[in-house]
Amino acid sequence: MTIAPEAGTDGAQARSDGPTAITDTKRRYRAGVMKYRQMGYWDPDYVPKPTDTICLFRITPQEGVDPIEAAAAVAGESSTATWTVVWTDRLTACDSYRAKAFKVEAVPNNPGQVFAWIAYDIILFEAGSIANMTASLIGNVFGFKPLKALRLEDIRIPAAYIKTFDGPSTGLIVERERLDKFGRPLLGATTKPKLGLSGRNYGRVIYEGLKGGLDFMKDDENINSQPFMHWRDRFLYVMDAVNKASAATGEVKGSYLNVTAGTMEDMYERAEFARELGSVVVMIDLVVGWTAIQSMSRWARRNDMILHMHRAGHGTYTRQKSHGISFRVIAKWLRLAGVDHLHAGTAVGKLEGDPLTVQGYYNVCRDSFTHQDLPRGIFFDQDWCDIRKVMPVASGGIHAGQMHQLLDLFGDDVVLQFGGGTIGHPAGIQAGAVANRVALEAMVKARNEGRDIRAEGEEILRQAARFCRPLQQALDTWGDVTFNYAPTDTSDFTPTAAVAH
Amino acid sequence: MMTNPVGRITQGQFSFLPELTDAEIALQIDYGLKRGYAWSIEYTDDPHPRNTYWEMFGMPMFDLQDAAGVLLELQSCRKTFPQHYIRLVAFDATRGVESIVMCFIVNRPSSEPGFGLIRQEMQGRNIRYTLHSYVTDRPEGERGE
Repeated sequence: MTIAPEAGTDGAQARSDGPTAITDTKRRYRAGVMKYRQMGYWDPDYVPKPTDTICLFRITPQEGVDPIEAAAAVAGESSTATWTVVWTDRLTACDSYRAKAFKVEAVPNNPGQVFAWIAYDIILFEAGSIANMTASLIGNVFGFKPLKALRLEDIRIPAAYIKTFDGPSTGLIVERERLDKFGRPLLGATTKPKLGLSGRNYGRVIYEGLKGGLDFMKDDENINSQPFMHWRDRFLYVMDAVNKASAATGEVKGSYLNVTAGTMEDMYERAEFARELGSVVVMIDLVVGWTAIQSMSRWARRNDMILHMHRAGHGTYTRQKSHGISFRVIAKWLRLAGVDHLHAGTAVGKLEGDPLTVQGYYNVCRDSFTHQDLPRGIFFDQDWCDIRKVMPVASGGIHAGQMHQLLDLFGDDVVLQFGGGTIGHPAGIQAGAVANRVALEAMVKARNEGRDIRAEGEEILRQAARFCRPLQQALDTWGDVTFNYAPTDTSDFTPTAAVAH
Repeated sequence: MMTNPVGRITQGQFSFLPELTDAEIALQIDYGLKRGYAWSIEYTDDPHPRNTYWEMFGMPMFDLQDAAGVLLELQSCRKTFPQHYIRLVAFDATRGVESIVMCFIVNRPSSEPGFGLIRQEMQGRNIRYTLHSYVTDRPEGERGE
């Protein structure tokens, strides 16, 4: 193997004094194996072009493997390289196809890990295809033996490539216009229990939640078409509930009908039926895959439909800091792929999420231009080229008593979903919805009036509860429920670097 | 009287809270003005959720920097249309937004009849739904009296 251990390399300090690219073509293309850095995948002088994609990888090389050679290997294995020299390279403009590692730095406070910046020419990726981009960037390279672990931390996508995607079919601005809801987070709830309700019972939960004051109800990720409730039955009962609640309140209401299925044909059939029944929104799960997501986005665009994305499965590869893909990269790809809603974490709820890191995901969804922001894990400036904005969704173990924290963390453009926090209310589902809506409106009003909701939040809730008994009951039931565990995924950066950028 | 928990139409930012006083409305207007939003006043007698275009009570107040001025316009609208729904709407012209960013109801008719749900039975179990504003059963000129 060319990437054999080198004596005296501790992995923490990047070295750039080793062998560099061999420019003599006769030597370069002699049959056999050579170091990746000699093949041209390491170029410390490379200046990325505005049309290049830049990836930031966190690399944990095996014991004794030189970090620069590891970075060059990642560049090689995610672009043109194979394990040995091939003469057929010489039939191509191979230098332009090679990804180029151009910077390697030790990861602060994580011995044995390095950050590597790698640039990819725009010719490498098919226009408008996340499947193609991911097949390179997170393909074979993640199983590469000389690396103990590898993580794609962040990505800078060039404007020229962004413009090959349609992006969200609706986007959060147009969604608000369609729903006629402005100036506050939207409210939702996931129907519980996840499994076992009949269509008729299921619709009851939808009706109570929406009439009580929620904007959206939601199918859970694993509600598709099981023996206890076939999809057509669910859609029919749910839409009766949605329309009845809309009449009772005078508001546009919706329920994310999950059209995830075993084949695209089934997904289209379900989506068509949802449209026929007048639903404003359908949902899919992340596990359907990139191509299916882009197909459904195109369908949503043709059918005036909001497309909700439940990120089912992402925790298998986003959560551990040493290996996999950061969710910020997944969020960027999903914005291009064209979803309108995206679950992006709660920070204060039951699921993984460091507050600053989660805010970074939200910014990726909603910014017109994302600036480098190392404390939030954002390594690159990213111009979104006017592509529509994704509405982030906060869901999982949140309740009315956290309203001030949620509003302070995420602002107005978010769907706050209180599943258990609505349906588990001691006085019933409508009361649960009322509690959440009153808490939300009271907090938005107080913030706009200039009050410091982070400091006074609990007092603002107590005041609102004086005229709203359901809110008082919610605070009595859940007021002191917190999920305080150390997050596993936080950003690693040197504070001075953040100031210096 | 509508049967939802607050007994009225729940559109806008603050329908679940006690009616905002003029002083509280002024604070909301100030919040928008500080962010560079333009306020406008709209009214209607038909608050159907898909009735997007309420009547404009004058032009959006692009150059008005003072909450008192907006309140004055609102009071004039209330005097002219005491039995209509009136909403305050803030517009943000920032590129990438260019839309409404605040909206709340500041006047309601003394009785809110709400909506009927008409179910047209289609083939099989399919139903086509129509939301009907009870108020539109009367001709336009004779409502709200």
